[in-house]
Amino acid sequence: MGHKLSKDFTIVVAGQAGQGIESVASVLAHVLKKQGYHTYVAKDVMSRVRGGMNSLMLRVSNERNDAYREKIDLFVPLDPRAYAHYAKRFSARTIFMGVPDPAHTTSRGDDKRSIIPVNFIQLAHDVGNRIFANTIAAGTILGLLGTDKEIGTHYLRSFFQRKGEKIVDQNIKAFEKGYTIGEHAAFQEDIHVTMVPKNDVEDYIFLSGAEAVGFGAMAGGCNFISSYPMSPATGVLTFLAQNGRECGVLVEQATDEIGAINMTLGASYAGARGIVTTSGGGFDLMTESISLSAITETPIVVHIAQRPGPGTGLPTRTGQEDLVLARHGGHGEFMRVIFTPGTPEQMYALTAHALDLADRYQIPVFVLTDQLMMDSLYCAPEEAFSARDVTQYVVETDSDYKRYALTKDGISPRGVPGHGAGLVHSDSDEHDEEGRITEDMDFLRKEMMDKRLFKRKRLLEKVALKPDRTGDAKAPIVVISWGSNKAVLEEAWVKAKNVKVQIAHFTQTYPLHPSVVDLLAHARTVVVLENNATGQFADILEVETGEVVHERMGSWNGEPFSVEDVTKKIRAL
Amino acid sequence: MIRSAQKNSIDAKKFDVSSTVDNQWCPGCGNFPILMTLKKALADVGCTPTDTVFVSGIGQAAKLPQYMNSHFFNGLHGRALPVATGIKASNPRMHVVVASGDGDVYGEGGGHFIHTIRRNPDITVIVHDNMIYGLTKGQAAPTSQKGLVTPTQPRGVYDEPINPMTLAISLDAPFVARANAGDPKQAQDIITQAMQHKGFSLVDIFQPCVVFNKKNTYQWFKEFSYTLGPDHDPSDRNQAFARATEEDKFPLGVLYQHDRRAVFEEMIGTYDDDKRPLFERELHRGAIDALLSTRK
Repeated sequence: MGHKLSKDFTIVVAGQAGQGIESVASVLAHVLKKQGYHTYVAKDVMSRVRGGMNSLMLRVSNERNDAYREKIDLFVPLDPRAYAHYAKRFSARTIFMGVPDPAHTTSRGDDKRSIIPVNFIQLAHDVGNRIFANTIAAGTILGLLGTDKEIGTHYLRSFFQRKGEKIVDQNIKAFEKGYTIGEHAAFQEDIHVTMVPKNDVEDYIFLSGAEAVGFGAMAGGCNFISSYPMSPATGVLTFLAQNGRECGVLVEQATDEIGAINMTLGASYAGARGIVTTSGGGFDLMTESISLSAITETPIVVHIAQRPGPGTGLPTRTGQEDLVLARHGGHGEFMRVIFTPGTPEQMYALTAHALDLADRYQIPVFVLTDQLMMDSLYCAPEEAFSARDVTQYVVETDSDYKRYALTKDGISPRGVPGHGAGLVHSDSDEHDEEGRITEDMDFLRKEMMDKRLFKRKRLLEKVALKPDRTGDAKAPIVVISWGSNKAVLEEAWVKAKNVKVQIAHFTQTYPLHPSVVDLLAHARTVVVLENNATGQFADILEVETGEVVHERMGSWNGEPFSVEDVTKKIRAL
Repeated sequence: MIRSAQKNSIDAKKFDVSSTVDNQWCPGCGNFPILMTLKKALADVGCTPTDTVFVSGIGQAAKLPQYMNSHFFNGLHGRALPVATGIKASNPRMHVVVASGDGDVYGEGGGHFIHTIRRNPDITVIVHDNMIYGLTKGQAAPTSQKGLVTPTQPRGVYDEPINPMTLAISLDAPFVARANAGDPKQAQDIITQAMQHKGFSLVDIFQPCVVFNKKNTYQWFKEFSYTLGPDHDPSDRNQAFARATEEDKFPLGVLYQHDRRAVFEEMIGTYDDDKRPLFERELHRGAIDALLSTRK
């Protein structure tokens, strides 16, 4: 008997919406970080405001493991109905702590399940109110894991400070009550955390994917956002609305997505640096305006936080079903860039880069994330997120200024109204160099298409990002991921120890870096791992390189890939 | 406020475009007097080409900025108002004028019309109201009157036409007026007042479509309209609403005007301590880094 939690372990806290499982996770993550443990938190929520069954998964380790793991080591239900929801993720070694459910917690022969009966709600009543159940749960878990009690009480004090001394005291009382129970249970069940802490983790920051995109927007010089709320993209709008005043971002909630993107394009025309945040359905409404951005050469960044469709689909679940939409959305033919970051550092850096690139090349640029990334809480080094230099591409105009002046590389100097003696004419009709309507098909139409499409394509391919490659470059099988699957693929690849396999993560999925042709051509087998049914990136790879994708490893059930699942898949290759 | 007529006509000329620009309007179109009137009104209020931005959607009226020597953004059908809001919010120093048609502003862009009035940016919206779709060759507009037979309404229009005046007054728009392209002098006076009024200003201008609307002609608009007299108090919302519902003869002039609402660009906080337009500003590096350190 006994449990040694040595390298990494997974805690799942489950309860109804409104029971405060987020605050349990927040306390745990902060205290564990202070103790030198890496914590990654993923959210699993139902689409409702109250009730339902939600959970937060915490992966605690001394290495950085930001991927979804299926197996649960410590299961903490605040509501007994949670057992049935997560039963498939229990193993013979799962520790259960909460009100027991005989159907799931009865010992079965030789299994090593530890069952620690704790009635959080009852204990909360003893402290004075059922709202303390989550603080008791946090205390019990941290007691069980043997963390420093002082760090916990210190965190609670700062967390509840603004609510007054009484609330602080009651929460600390609740925490200590739970802590004692957990400490005692650890002794009885012989549970030890033997993981070696790492000092540098203590200074890391916690931020959600939504905040990583938001910080990236600010660092990239974004000073305008107008968007319409839609899960899972709203977090970026909320973050900028909460902090825009101090950080120089004008934030306006629009009344629909079409208004949002047009307001942002107006701002961009006037010299602001604008972004919109939405999900697939909202982006459907914006597509005509993407085409407008292209013909008027008005820069814009579109953040699409993907969720499964079609239609309303699964609003609070994850998927990667909108890559083709981002690639092709908008009528007519023109250039765009699509970034698909895989880590919080990449969400930050590529959102900032997207804003720069949009301004520099006067095009629409996309940043694609998904529900998994938006709602995850990451622990990462602060340096990776500090503000950077922003280049301003707007020029002062002369009286003979022409907005669409034909140049060798296809980029016309970008003037804005009110900056110089020139006039800035932007036109959604095909236009001449001055921006006035033309139907000169022999010369101007050809020149303008060349400018927007072919010349831009050449420029953008030169600055395209190469995929992040791991493993032996001569390994015959290459497994490709994009967006949120970076962490799960990298961890699974390490665990699978399959020397025939190398992996490549694409942070830019359009246009592709020219070297991608060689990567595919030299591989015996090309596999693309993505959260959709048809293999959307596999299609783009085939069309753009002329090479063949041999296996499309898809999943479209609304859940993220788990480390276990991908490890099995890589072993089998 | 209105300067001498001679000075005005000189000032208005600076908004003329080069004679090489090909005008796509039909001969005799009601858009011509509106264009001329607008130039004079801009001169009246002291606008210059470099501090004025015209915004339009799509339609025959929406081509107006093409024939105006100023900045312009000629965007998508129906979407002029959010674009104009974004421009004004990003650089409040600019005079922002929307010039577009009834189909564009009240039809395709109907939602934006409502919500832009709610936001109340300091912009002027000129709607060329010809009660028909011109560019797409004669289908019903949201302002088309009942019974009008068109290629796509062979049994005649049966939908109730939109009343932009009552709609705008119901949303408490701070300046709501109607003019007639057939009376350029009055139209110029109304547009001038609209430009001078701080906040969302709507001027709906009756504009005959000489090709596709054989009913609502110059003569018809003259016959079925009258000018509001000194007895009308535009600050009285109920009176304005009552006048706006009159449909046997449409009232012309300023129906409703008040200064009880703050404007969008002054409510958002962006310009409280810093009057510079967004493009002149630097990154708030210190604030961003300070915010980051709170995430420890």
